[in-house]
Amino acid sequence: MQAVAAAELKQIFLNDIYAIPDGERINQCQQCGTCSSSCPTAARMDFSPREIIAALRAGLLDRVLESNTVWMCSSCYSCTVRCPAGIKFTDVMYELKRLGSRYGYINRKSTTAQMARVFVKTVDRTGRSNEGELMFRYFMATNPLKGLGKLGLSLKLLLKNRLPLRTHRIKQRESLKKMIAEAEKGA
Amino acid sequence: MIAPSKNTYTYYPGCSQSATNKAYDISCRNVARVLGIELLELDDWNCCGATAYTAIREHRSFVLSARNLALAEKQGRDLVTACAGCYLSLHKANKYFGEDPKLRGNIRRALQAGGEDYNGGIKVRHILDVLVNDLGEEVISQHVVRKFEGLKVAPYYGCQITRPFGDIDDPEFPDVMGRMMRWVGAVPVDFAMMTKCCGGMLMITQPEVGQELVGEILRQAKLSGADCISTACPLCQINLEAYQRKVSRQLAADCSIPVLYFTQLLGLALGLEPEQVALGDNLTPAEAILAARSE
Repeated sequence: MQAVAAAELKQIFLNDIYAIPDGERINQCQQCGTCSSSCPTAARMDFSPREIIAALRAGLLDRVLESNTVWMCSSCYSCTVRCPAGIKFTDVMYELKRLGSRYGYINRKSTTAQMARVFVKTVDRTGRSNEGELMFRYFMATNPLKGLGKLGLSLKLLLKNRLPLRTHRIKQRESLKKMIAEAEKGA
Repeated sequence: MIAPSKNTYTYYPGCSQSATNKAYDISCRNVARVLGIELLELDDWNCCGATAYTAIREHRSFVLSARNLALAEKQGRDLVTACAGCYLSLHKANKYFGEDPKLRGNIRRALQAGGEDYNGGIKVRHILDVLVNDLGEEVISQHVVRKFEGLKVAPYYGCQITRPFGDIDDPEFPDVMGRMMRWVGAVPVDFAMMTKCCGGMLMITQPEVGQELVGEILRQAKLSGADCISTACPLCQINLEAYQRKVSRQLAADCSIPVLYFTQLLGLALGLEPEQVALGDNLTPAEAILAARSE
């Protein structure tokens, strides 16, 4: 994790967002709130999507990233298809998730961020997302007791042959590793 | 290279369809077989770089998708998947690859480091799009042997098939699944929640949020008078069916309703046996309602 002052976050974020196709449209936001009213989880966020852009302009991105906000986004793309300014807000949310993860501005309580970390680890190692392993590692990393609460559902799925215990791996794992290493250089 | 043929596609099963949602994979392959579509599985495919991966490693997630595209390009056919999440990851990476020269350069360098390359030569398709738009009513109707007359179906699209690009159907008011349901005699009901999010992974990481979203979808499906829900996404399917008892208790309303893959309904209409669409894998039994409505 790289250290960076809160005041620098805005510029880093804007540079990153301008690198995405149509990223510069973020400057066209006129605070109409269509994103927030379309968002299925906005009511659960400390900053609604509209407020995120207002906070960005006010230089308060660190507060947004450390609040219960970006990891509540489920990537449903409702905001993206409705934004009258053509802002790809789901991509903005993805960018904010990465910004916070990279520079350590993150809501410590967000288990969704932990899920993402476990997911990336599993896929990098095997080339596949192995759901059984993913759930096991996620609950071990967050709250094993909650994992126990899933035993009923796990058993039901197991009986239906829907809970694979075998780990799927791709054959060309070495080749994939080289790709991932090279991709990190370009990121 | 195998010559591209109209009814042959390279098939990308996806991780979920190989594990918790095999019923989708099984029913999809069998439906294709009956309709004369050849789905040839992509050899050594890897994770598409789904939402949870993109969230912290976007660049790498594009490379994951692009490796699949590179492998598929060698086969010279379009890449078809049934998973809504895989469809969007692969499709989005393919689109951005085509639109953004800098990103394209970075992706190609990463692929080349692992001995592969991609030139942007294939399309990514969802199986629903292939069935409705490539085959269409005429071909599918010819193969229907059992109609579900009057079966009321709530078509549930979720997010990642129509959004954000809207190139299969309208992102707000899709009808592609509804049309197919009419071809098998079923009646798609007006369903206000058809494109509302089920919460996806939030069902695991923020269960109270996931259950609230799923509860509203199920409640509205019941209010619409539907006999069952039809989905085209593995994560939607499991979210909508696995928590019905919990959600019913929370809302103090009966939210139990069978949740089927659209390929299961279509497959049965095409004369497949329940085992051939893995109907027994579903946690919400649909046999009774289907038997009552079939002729």
